[in-house]
Formats: sequence, C-alpha cells, structure tokens
Amino acid sequence: MTETTPPADMADRIGRILAGHEATEGACLLVLQAIQREFGYVPAQALEPVAKALNLSHADVYGVLTFYHDLRWSPAGRHIVRVCQGEACQAMGARGLTEQLARRLDVGLDETTRDGAVTLESIYCLGNCALAPAVTVDGALYGRATEFLVLERLGTVR
Amino acid sequence: MKSATFFVSGDSASVSVGADDLVRAITAEAARRGIEARIVRTGSRGLYFLEPMFEVDTEEGRLGFRPSGTMAECVAEMFDSDISPKARTCLGLMDDLPWLRRQERLTFERCGIVDPGSVGDYRYHGGFSGLERALGMEPRAIVTAITDSGLRGRGGAGFPAGVKWNTVLGAPGEVKYVCCNADEGDSGTFADRMLMEGDPFLLIEGMTIAALAVGAARGFLYIRSEYPAAIAMMRRAIDAARAGGWLGGDIRGSGSAFDIELREGAGAYICGEETAMLESLEGKRGMVRAKPPLPALEGLFGKPTLVNNVLTLAAVPLIIARGAAYYRDFGMGRSRGTQPFQLAGCVRNGGLVEKAFGITLRALVEDFGGGTATGRPFKALQAGGPLGGYIPEHLLDLPADYEALAEAGFMLGHGGLVVFDDRVDMLAQARFAMEFCARESCGKCTPCRIGAVRGVEVLDRIAAGVEPQKNLALLEDLCTLMTDGSLCAMGGLTPMPVRTALRHFPDDFRRSAAAAE
Repeated sequence: MTETTPPADMADRIGRILAGHEATEGACLLVLQAIQREFGYVPAQALEPVAKALNLSHADVYGVLTFYHDLRWSPAGRHIVRVCQGEACQAMGARGLTEQLARRLDVGLDETTRDGAVTLESIYCLGNCALAPAVTVDGALYGRATEFLVLERLGTVR
Repeated sequence: MKSATFFVSGDSASVSVGADDLVRAITAEAARRGIEARIVRTGSRGLYFLEPMFEVDTEEGRLGFRPSGTMAECVAEMFDSDISPKARTCLGLMDDLPWLRRQERLTFERCGIVDPGSVGDYRYHGGFSGLERALGMEPRAIVTAITDSGLRGRGGAGFPAGVKWNTVLGAPGEVKYVCCNADEGDSGTFADRMLMEGDPFLLIEGMTIAALAVGAARGFLYIRSEYPAAIAMMRRAIDAARAGGWLGGDIRGSGSAFDIELREGAGAYICGEETAMLESLEGKRGMVRAKPPLPALEGLFGKPTLVNNVLTLAAVPLIIARGAAYYRDFGMGRSRGTQPFQLAGCVRNGGLVEKAFGITLRALVEDFGGGTATGRPFKALQAGGPLGGYIPEHLLDLPADYEALAEAGFMLGHGGLVVFDDRVDMLAQARFAMEFCARESCGKCTPCRIGAVRGVEVLDRIAAGVEPQKNLALLEDLCTLMTDGSLCAMGGLTPMPVRTALRHFPDDFRRSAAAAE
C-alpha cells in the first residue's frame, strides 16, 4: 500500500462522513465510497476510525476496500482516462486504442504517468456498446472514441 | 414560424457522441432566426447508429433529422425547409422508420418519447395505470397475473418470475425486501441503463407493484457505478415519485407503504450475481453465497427478499395494466413476451431492438443490424455477455428463445448481442473469457478462483504451440471442472465462450499453434 501524506483535517472530515451514516444498515461500502469522493482515494489512516465506528474489525474494512475495483488506496493522476475493454469494444478495436494511448501517454494500463498528470485505466463496460469503442475522460463518456479524441479532450482539460 | 418543439435525447450514449452539441446548435440557430425553441431532453429511442439526431414536433408527428455535415448546417437547412421532409438530412416521420416500426415495443414503448424526469408526462403516456390497478388487487392476484403472463427473469437465468414472487409472498416474516438488480455488467448490454435513463418511473412502478405483491415495505435499487447518468436520473425520479405520492408511507391514499433506497455499486462484475449483490448491499465484499437458503427466504439482512432484474420489473406494470394474456400472447414456447435485444460491437446499425421471443438471430443481426460495421465478413456473434457463447454464421437461424439456444449450447442471457467481423481471433477471445473470470471472480470457490488463472495459462501454451493436443485436453478437463464445480454462474459459465470458440472456430486454435512452430 502506497503511503501518501493525508490532509491535516482528515480525521474531522472522516468523522463527519461517519456521523452521516450512523443510522444506515450495512454502511461500510457506502462510507468508503463517501471517503473516496471526499479525498479522491481511501487513505490507509481511514481504516481504523471506520472500523471502530461501524463495530467491524480492521480486516473487515480492509477486505471491502480491496475487493472493489472502484476503490483506490492511493491518489489517481489529475486526470483519469478509462478505456472499455469489454467484448463489444474489443470488436471495434479497443485493444489497439488502449495500446496507442499507452504509447502516446507513455504509461502502462492501470498506471499513472510519472508526472502524475494522467491515470490510464481499464474498465469493463460503460453501457455504450452500440457506439464502441467507449472511453471516459474525467468521468465524461465518449462513444466512437479515437486516440485523437482522447488526446484532444486531455489537451482541453489539462 | 414562431416556435417549435424539439426532442433531443439526453441519454448518456447519445450525449457521448454529441447530443449536447446538437442542443446548442438548435438553440443558437433558433435564436438567430427569432424562433422560440422549446427543447425536451428525452431518453433514447435506441437508434444509436443514427446518433446524434433530433426530432421536431409537426402536425403529422415527430420528424427526425440527422446531421450529415456539421450540426449547424443541418439545423439551418431544417429551418430553411420549414421543418419538412424536403430537408436533405430529414429521416422522415419517426413512427414510419422501418427500424422502429418492425419492433414490438412493450417495455420500451415510452423510452425516447417522454421527458424522463416528469411524472406528468409519464402519466399522460399511460404510466402508473398498472400500479393504480394493483392497489385494488389482493397480493395473491398480482402474483397469479405475473405467473400467468409467463414472465421469466430477464437478468440472464430466465427463472419464472411468478414462482419467485410466490415464494417471497409465502415466506414467513414481517419484514421483506424488494431488490432491483441494476448491476448490468455484461459487455454488449445497455437496456437497463437505457430504461433507467429514459423511463425511470416504469422501474419505480414495477418495483412498487412487486412490493405490494410480496408484502415488502422497503426496496433497494443497486445500480453499478459505471452508470452515473442512470444513478442521477433514478435519484431524481424517486424524489419526484415520492413528492407525487407514488412512493412513501401512504401510496396515493391506499394505506400501503413502500419506498426505495438507491445504492451504488463499486466496480465488481460479480455483484450482478444476486447473492453477491445482497452482500454488497449489506456493505460487505461481494462474495457469492451458497444456496440454499434461497434469497426469497433468507435474503437481504437475512429477510425474505425478492431479487429481480430491471427488465423483469419493468415488464410488470404492463402485465398488470393490460392483463397477463396480453403479454403472454407474444413469444414462443416457454419464452413469453418480448425481449429487448441489444445490438452491439462491430454492427452497422447498433441499438435496442425489442421483439417477441422467437425472432431469429439472423434477423436481428442482418435485418436490424445491417451486418458488420466495417462491411467485412461476419465471423461470430457473442450472445449473453462475457459468459455467453460464440455463435458461428451457420447457426444464426436459431430462434432467440431460452430453450432453443440452451439446446444448441448457447444462452440468451440479458439479451446482449455482440457482433465480430473476420478480424477477430477466437483463441484470443477464449483467453479473454478466462482472464475476465480471473479478474472478476469473488474468490469464494476454487474452480473459479484458481481455474480461471490456470485457464489463461493453458490457452497461452496452446497459442505458443506448446504440446497443443495435450493442452487442449487439459483445457477440456478444466472447463468440465469449472462448469460442474463452481458455486455460481461466473465460474460455471466461463467455459461457455471458451468451448464454443473451440468447437465452432477450431482453425483459430490450430493456426496459432502452427504459427508458433
């Protein structure tokens, strides 16, 4: 697990999230999702207070954190490009598109560029299978995607 | 012309190819001409191959337009033609488009037509008439109607919905739940997403009728995180339904109570399996549960729980409103009603086709789909998602029917149909099936957790030409073990794409081995 310096007011912010879920049944996943929305990732230091508040073991919380692909325990790059690797997108050249982007951005799949600018991620189905290949750039969905389109979007937001 | 009403899809797939830009182009050009443009953001008609497109209200009906050059040019030309079919980019009346006219839209009858955020529009188009009827029915009568309609689970398993509903109805206990599985993870499927974005009140109505039938006061809607637009639309619709008295402590003054809580998935394919979804709803790792106990008896938080897919629940309002016989009269054999098929991948006309069961795969791929997107020869059709089989050209005359496909070694699943042209390497697809299973296995049972990893290794050896005959025999053994020994469909069905690729496209397995030598 990568150690990243957590924000100074982290404990307070996590406390507020936990307080908001006091009456919720089966809140562990919801709390971790809320923490990730707040910080962009789930800091390792969050596990202890979450476990305590929900009356779970550290291992229970760690288990949930590591099970779900969405949850990350270290920050992503400033921009996130997700390329669908599902069969419908494969049929329209998603594998080639992924390779092109990896080469142009000089990054491996499911890795972040050395300058921390872009994380290139695989994703399995965005529900845009009739307009394949599909990608997202910082959460915005694109269909009939090309290398040019992704780089242009990145150029605009970068 | 002083004003005009435009309909532009706000569906995330339509927006992904420029529907928002189209709205801006219409607004700008109308303003320049001093015409008041009223723009309604609908869901999608499922005509994705024509996107981005828009519709305009005329006396004859809605006229469709599809930009061929720039959007601004198309919009200007449309105004120049006085919004008539004379415009070069006009598609004609939407109701006359053969692609739509040849469908049997029951579940998707409103999608792409109504404003999905408006309860009033939903009501105006016949919405909530099923629920109004159900409020005056005995629970058992509702369950009987569902049983008589022949409705089967649309999530993939095809289990008779009435049997499930009856089990939950008869289960002892004060507290029961209705859970809607909207974790539509199969590649090549988007019908759940399209429905939730385009006609969300239909799902709310279906869940509420289900709750009245089985005696549940709370419902959970589990939507995958990859669908943020569907999540936002469903949240908005649940709030609007509550405000309109269609959800809450006293539904339309009936004394019945039901409310829905939406929970978001976190990127785990396995949570589409019903027991893994229940674990995830409880906030835990999405580990598959052994059955029995059935979720119908011991489901969410240990209580009797009805778990149904989006399309199953969305078929319910119409069955109650128009009667079981109306729905049952569509279809063939034991597959009753309609199935929203999703044409995807390398297909010329990709989109949603709702037809009665029994239509042939060829009619879907060729007549509706128009063949491959590239114009190259067709090679394979994957039906039913990543766990579904690869179907060769000579078997396309099979009817889309649960039993007929199962007999031929395939499955319909959630109705996703992914087309591949001749560039696809079926050994690579077989390897992908194992790779995907290894990535998404919950890890509870060994055949799936370890078997998938070994499967990738064996296929890599076959591709490298290492003792291909022995490794093919080993692969066959492994597939048998995974099929027979896995706890759920993830490990149990992963061999289906592998085996069908091997059986129907043996050349790809030999060629790879030969090339390696």
